[in-house]
Amino acid sequence: MTDELIRAVALADTPEKMVAAVKNLAAVPDVAAIPTLIAVFGYNNPTAATVAVAALTAMGAIAVPQLLSLDDYNYGARAYSIRTLAAIGDPRALDVLITAAATDFAPSVRRAAAQGLGNLDWHQLNSPQRETALKKALETLLLISQDSEWSIRYAAVVGLQALAQIPDLQPPIHTRLQQMLTTDDEKAIRARVQLAIS
Amino acid sequence: MREPTASEYSAETAPQLTPEVALANLQSSDLSLRYYAAWWLGKFRVRRPDVINALIAALEDEADRTEMGGYPLRRNAARALGKLGDNTAIPGLIKCLECPDFYVREAAAQSLQKLREKTAAPALMKMLAGGVAEAVQVPGRPHLNQPYEAVIEALGAIGATEAISLISPFLEHEVPGVNCAAARAMYQLTQDPIYGERLVKMLSSEDLKLRRLVLGDLGAIGYIGAAEAIASTKAENSFKLMALKGLLEHQLTPESEALSVSDHAIQVMNLMDSLL
Repeated sequence: MTDELIRAVALADTPEKMVAAVKNLAAVPDVAAIPTLIAVFGYNNPTAATVAVAALTAMGAIAVPQLLSLDDYNYGARAYSIRTLAAIGDPRALDVLITAAATDFAPSVRRAAAQGLGNLDWHQLNSPQRETALKKALETLLLISQDSEWSIRYAAVVGLQALAQIPDLQPPIHTRLQQMLTTDDEKAIRARVQLAIS
Repeated sequence: MREPTASEYSAETAPQLTPEVALANLQSSDLSLRYYAAWWLGKFRVRRPDVINALIAALEDEADRTEMGGYPLRRNAARALGKLGDNTAIPGLIKCLECPDFYVREAAAQSLQKLREKTAAPALMKMLAGGVAEAVQVPGRPHLNQPYEAVIEALGAIGATEAISLISPFLEHEVPGVNCAAARAMYQLTQDPIYGERLVKMLSSEDLKLRRLVLGDLGAIGYIGAAEAIASTKAENSFKLMALKGLLEHQLTPESEALSVSDHAIQVMNLMDSLL
């Protein structure tokens, strides 16, 4: 059954058939569909990719290992993978998100990773891994909150706001947000900071 | 022949310049170095009086000509002056609106738009004389006889309400870029949502390039009624974020910054968050 649905995705020769085939495949919660759903990210079909993101997110942790191997040559595909990992929130994605947020050349990838760094499910980690992981996520977000591109700083604020739910991290995050409120030259960023601290 | 644009220079391949070298290169015997220097000074925002004066002088350059009679150095100088934001460039830019080279006129109109220069209105309005009937393609060239898009956008940006009756016929122009510019300017000059809605409707066009263009227009006018439509149109998130940033900025007044952000602003930010 799943094999047939996978074949239909491979055979789809129009954008519309692709969307329909991916929807059909997404409707069966079968782990065998994971590689095909991830491959859809690379087909430059945003509607199909959105369906695949939702299906993989619903599968959750089981899809994470395969999502972690990113497409190094297609930044559009990478952004979808990062967005899915961010939505699942599995802390195994931490290192991939840190690398993407700090070093990817594509802003869409970096923004998705920054947002994701605030939203990992830290409870899945035991002390002291948890403390180390939180420290790394915080450091990365503080670093990219100084990026020259406004949309990266915007995503960093969103990530920091989420991370501030961890009581121990509130003081450094609050300090940085206050700093941005007085020094950032984009009023859109200052407004987002205001929303984050309100 | 399409002229090279700034985006073709990448940081790696570009010769390393300093403001001094770029300034000197504007007088180089190598015309390509002049052309590049003018672009570089704008790109790196070198706001110095000597640079501004040299670029203003370059608006009258006669040395650098294309086979079609264009003035490449004047084009780049006009573009750079818009980025540098110095009002001493205004008379020179207004004069450029009468240059025989279409691309010089276009660059000058775009820069006057950036400078928000109200005194440019009469010269810009003159370019719309003849109305839609004269706004036709130049045979053999990839453009109309005037840079209508840039001219109309400039009139909207500088608040030239006296141009409303000249601009409104262009809402029916067959070139999408021109009628978008007209809708954009009409909204800015009248604040009537009917023109914002015209642009919103175009977000469901089949043409991705047009949707991107409209996103830019909606961001520029900050039409709040477009927020949801912007977030859900089919285009790259970067374009949508840029447009929503424009909407957000229009919601923020100096007073609101001191207090809390408005509900409209929060609505826009929630949409922006969902596009990260």
